[in-house]
Amino acid sequence: MDIIFGNAVDWLFQPITAAYALAAIGIALHFGFTGLLNFGQAVFMAVGAYGFSISVKVLHFGFWPSVLVALIASVIMAFILGIPTLRLRSDYLAIVTIAAAEVFRFIVSTTSAQPITGGPQGLNEYSNEFWAMNPIPAGHYKFWVWDYTQDDIFARAVSWGLVIGFAILLAILVRSPWGRVIKGIREDEDAVRSLGKNVYSYKMQSLVVGGLMGTVAGIIFVLPTSVQPGNYGTTLTFFIWTILLLGGASTVLGSIVGAMIFWSLLSLTSDLLSAGVDNGVITFISQNQIGDIRFMLVGIGLMLLVIFRPQGIFGNKKELYFNA
Amino acid sequence: MNQSMSRNQRPARKWLGILALMFAFLLGGSQLAASAATPAPGGGDISTTFIISGKIVDCGVGIAGIKLHVTGPGTDAQLVTDKKGFWTIQVPTTTQYLKDKFTVSLDKTSLPKGRLLKGNAERTVVFNMVNSASTSFKFVPITCTNAGGQTKPSESENSFLLALFNGINLGLVLAMAAIGLSLIYGTTGLSNFAHGEMVSVGALSTWFFNKVLGMDLIFAALIAIAIVTVFGYGQDALIWRPLRKKRIGLTQMMIVSIGLSMVVRYFLQLLFGGDTKVLTQGATWSIAGISMPALNVICAGLSVLVLVGYTLFLTKTRIGKATRAVSDNSALAASTGIDVERIIRIVWIIAAVLTGISGVFFGLYQQASWDTGFFNLLLIFAAVTLGGLGTSAGAAVGAMIIGLLVELSTLFIPADLKIAAALVVLILVLLVKPDGVLGKKQRIG
Repeated sequence: MDIIFGNAVDWLFQPITAAYALAAIGIALHFGFTGLLNFGQAVFMAVGAYGFSISVKVLHFGFWPSVLVALIASVIMAFILGIPTLRLRSDYLAIVTIAAAEVFRFIVSTTSAQPITGGPQGLNEYSNEFWAMNPIPAGHYKFWVWDYTQDDIFARAVSWGLVIGFAILLAILVRSPWGRVIKGIREDEDAVRSLGKNVYSYKMQSLVVGGLMGTVAGIIFVLPTSVQPGNYGTTLTFFIWTILLLGGASTVLGSIVGAMIFWSLLSLTSDLLSAGVDNGVITFISQNQIGDIRFMLVGIGLMLLVIFRPQGIFGNKKELYFNA
Repeated sequence: MNQSMSRNQRPARKWLGILALMFAFLLGGSQLAASAATPAPGGGDISTTFIISGKIVDCGVGIAGIKLHVTGPGTDAQLVTDKKGFWTIQVPTTTQYLKDKFTVSLDKTSLPKGRLLKGNAERTVVFNMVNSASTSFKFVPITCTNAGGQTKPSESENSFLLALFNGINLGLVLAMAAIGLSLIYGTTGLSNFAHGEMVSVGALSTWFFNKVLGMDLIFAALIAIAIVTVFGYGQDALIWRPLRKKRIGLTQMMIVSIGLSMVVRYFLQLLFGGDTKVLTQGATWSIAGISMPALNVICAGLSVLVLVGYTLFLTKTRIGKATRAVSDNSALAASTGIDVERIIRIVWIIAAVLTGISGVFFGLYQQASWDTGFFNLLLIFAAVTLGGLGTSAGAAVGAMIIGLLVELSTLFIPADLKIAAALVVLILVLLVKPDGVLGKKQRIG
């Protein structure tokens, strides 16, 4: 039992949880504050993951230049997505972003691109320079049921540091005059236009900044692991949306708490199910099917959340963003 | 539209009903899945039951006797594929899902003569938050020998004709699903992300009744269409109608449909497993020098009939006209005495029938699996968007364009990018003609 709860608590602070939280902060800016229906956050994460890892592995850049390449690629991607769609109705942005994310995934996973992107197998071993920056002395650090290496702690510290940094940035942005304009766009685009603001330009800026957050999340996501093209499907985007709506779309902290609750609940349910199957308490499913149950639970959770508490845990019902 | 507040109590009870139904399915489904499930080891540490599996298939037939070597933390094992080409291995791993890497390498000398592997013979597997993972090896396409033992003639000289025929076929099958989606969008404004699951249910039901219960294909298809119709009507009655009464926003409804799609899709995987169900049957016909499965030709013909029938219904019957009126302006339609909710119910049934037929044909055309519909969902959306949101004729035209684009693109680019090509064209078309090919001019943005 200790292991099960230990895992669940460990998931609160995993680098992956941080990556999802940061990606969700990006869509909080897009959707929660600007009203843009970005269903392609996976593409910004993929741009981060591939932009960084290809720069290291294929172009043999250092760590920081590779990060820069990923960020520049992210801005370009935001323009590619935004130019055709930001003048259109919101459902067009949804379909175009989701399509673009899939196109990107198809392109990086094609076997013809294997020399650059690794094709269906993806890429790995690009983080040596990152681990070399670790100031923590090598060794095993044990707390309760956990056993962390210096790398585990470093990855957690860096990723959560970035999440907190970007959350503060978002809080400052939405309280600034700029933030009041984008919230105005969310509420009534025409009213903001009649005040002489360039709505298109503001939307584009929001798309770029939120996309950059997704890209940094993408880098955090792959630094301790490997780049797998299969991870960047629409399911990734839908998970991030679930996290965002769980915490509250128009909030700053919601994404962080949402990601923590989401991952530790998932870990808890699947470990409990798994233990139940092993001990013969649960007999109608096999170990292989626990993964399916997890996804079904996410789906049910998403449906119930949107129907019964659309503002999320922390959201304010007055700031209702579902205005379509 | 004037529903009194007291009705708000009802959805809650319906939700309980849905949950109860799901559990009933879950219990019923276990027997079905049990045959395919790998037995879990008795007791033991929960962290030791991690499974890597796969199936080596060429021309839709599993290949037995292929040797694989799996290495990873605490694992170094040799495997051989079974009669159906399946292989599976349990590996011990810690809870570090993404950190532990396993390597599966295929012994090329154990391949049957003349079969060449596409790409290298090694795959890296990590567990992505779940405790089962699979990996696949693909072969360089060769001339397939079909079940009847006949060999298809080499098709390279006819590749254009073949791609054209495949494109028309895909376009027609897509058109029915796209019209279904577009009808629902037009009358209720819902962008239904769970639409793909209706396609999957149709394809898998056909497989189940035809291949598992051994029914005649026509009966199996009819039952499958009936099941999809019940599924479509049921989801409107249990989910969408209560939400419409609750006056929930369209964006919210769209996200609810994403959740629904996830639930149904993974329920289908739970029920049927993650492998592809082969539905191929019958002889091939030779038309204009290219050989096509006879069934695909018949399906194409039937699709045309269905589309013509649908057009006649929409333009000639009272209900068809009422449907178009509601789609144009539901408030105005209601004021002329049309019962909007009744029309929406009929629309859901028609959409589900069309999508069910499309699902059966998708199964026969691409084989059936738990994510058949999800895989094609974006193409269906692309067809609807390309044609102009919410018009039936537009959806049909959009579907034909998308179908042809997908298949004809294989003449110029690698086949694994064919869907990407269609989506890129979608984005480019929206750039120059945002209201779609046949869309009505309206104020957008």
